[in-house]
Amino acid sequence: MREISRDMFAPAARNASPDGGAVVRPSLSYWQDAWRRLCKNRVASLGLLILAAYVIMAIAIPMLSDTDYRSIDADSIDSPPTAAHWFGTDTLGRDMWARTWAGARVSLSIGILAATINAIIGVIIGGVSGYFGGKLDMAVMRLLDVVSGIPYLIVAILVMVVLGEGITPLIIAMITIGWVGSARLVRGQALQLKNQEYVLAAKKLGASHARIIICHLIPNTMGLILTNVTMAVPYSIFTEAFLSYIGLGVQPPGVSWGLLARYGSQSFRFAPWQLFIPSFFIGTTMLSLYLLGDGLRDALDPKLRN
Amino acid sequence: MLRYILKRLVISFFTVMVLVTVVFFLVRAMPGEPFLSDKLTPEIRENMVRYYGFDKPLYVQYFTYIKNLLRGDLGVSMHYHGIPVTQIIRDSFPYSASLGIRALIVAIFAGITLGVASALNRGRFLDYCCIIVAVLGVSLPDFVTGYLLQYVFSIKLKLLPIAMWRGFKYTVLPTFALSFYTTALLARITRASMLEVTNQDYIKVAKAKGLGVFQIVVRHELRNAILPVITILGPVTAAILTGTFIIESIYAIPGMGKFYVSGIQNLDYSQVLGLTLFYGIFIVIANFVVDILYGFVDPRIRADRRDAS
Repeated sequence: MREISRDMFAPAARNASPDGGAVVRPSLSYWQDAWRRLCKNRVASLGLLILAAYVIMAIAIPMLSDTDYRSIDADSIDSPPTAAHWFGTDTLGRDMWARTWAGARVSLSIGILAATINAIIGVIIGGVSGYFGGKLDMAVMRLLDVVSGIPYLIVAILVMVVLGEGITPLIIAMITIGWVGSARLVRGQALQLKNQEYVLAAKKLGASHARIIICHLIPNTMGLILTNVTMAVPYSIFTEAFLSYIGLGVQPPGVSWGLLARYGSQSFRFAPWQLFIPSFFIGTTMLSLYLLGDGLRDALDPKLRN
Repeated sequence: MLRYILKRLVISFFTVMVLVTVVFFLVRAMPGEPFLSDKLTPEIRENMVRYYGFDKPLYVQYFTYIKNLLRGDLGVSMHYHGIPVTQIIRDSFPYSASLGIRALIVAIFAGITLGVASALNRGRFLDYCCIIVAVLGVSLPDFVTGYLLQYVFSIKLKLLPIAMWRGFKYTVLPTFALSFYTTALLARITRASMLEVTNQDYIKVAKAKGLGVFQIVVRHELRNAILPVITILGPVTAAILTGTFIIESIYAIPGMGKFYVSGIQNLDYSQVLGLTLFYGIFIVIANFVVDILYGFVDPRIRADRRDAS
């Protein structure tokens, strides 16, 4: 048997080996790592590129182009795509190319802003409600029931009465009632996840409630949150179209993708491009969001992090 | 469990009352008033105002409304003169519910199947098929799908009737038009949720034990992934069963959908309140059922609830 001497229990010196304490590669934060993995994902990068292109076109084209989206060309009404009118014209002879990009401004800002803000509010409220549970959860969820029971037309009209018409009041009206869906979804996930072992471990290590919700529950529901955001974008675009159509929101000659699709669906039997063009842009925006969302999901999933 | 259900029923009652109260005052805050038609002489107008009790202070009207409500009386429509709101609901709800149930069955079946299939085949052909359905389902709004289905199947192919509600053949197109968005929604949520689960240790264990694919997918993956699908289904069910404005008007179905919009456009206070109440009851019940289902799907949530109450 080996002799156990006292000096075997002496504390080890720091940096006993030449590079024992050195960091092999710079440590990445959660978000840096997510960005790196997102860029590696080719399909997701493509989605991001298309979205970025649409946003830039929506900003640049109405500023640079000399055709106004409101001006009427009486000689070419309902004209199919030609050299003069790349996307054809509508029933009043207005240039569809100019209208598409003018509409992109409204639809993209409403779609992305409303969906993102809704998700943020929903995640906070749903996460807190599900994590703490009990009476707080009961109260918050009944509040959600009440909010989702209020007809959104009433909310939209009242918001417009108070704040006037325009895009900002429209977004505010959508947020007032729209956060409910993501709050419910995150709350359900929090109920399920808060009993997982890693939450218990974090609790026993003395993590605060806020830390557990932000660093443990939310990253693990990120996939669903992102899916929900990407689904909420077209929902906001079409809600805007419906509200504008019945006279709340964007007023003629103002235009949005949803409104273009709505007008187009009335004349698609003789002028199908009027429906196909806005539908194409809504569709490709959705596809890019879908691919980007899927890539982000992988990039943000803590379980896949290495 | 019984105690929990009783408690929830009491809370549900108060939730609905709060909703009615909020909407009662919101709808009164809207600009305009119900009897503005030029055809009404001042005498008739005055009589109508007295008949509906608008000459009394708002809080008196509120308490009268609640008193009548507790007796099951939702008041009389102001736009459809003399027709009780309960009768409007009774006449139109069966159509909306019948269409809604069909659409819901199609959406649940197709959505979950697509979502599972695409999660299992991630990055392969089937997954891309699912992506296409999901993207189309959410990027084509209901007014476009409605018209397109009519155009292709009724006008071009002459296979199905274009509108109305007179038998099974008439139900096919509106059912698909209505279920399209929900199918896409459920497929996406199922797929995202399944992907969260596939990397868990217990799935590896199940595979290592040599369980069949079907058993792993249904008993281990789907059961753990279904929770968000149930969450979404609660409010979606309530919304679909109580009617949709656009699909019902495209296919000329005499459902409830149009009354939500017309009630607000005509400022028909009793109609708006009656329909809000009806929809509110659906929402409350649907979310109640969702919470109970949570416990069945995931026993950990049930245990937690017992500690709380």
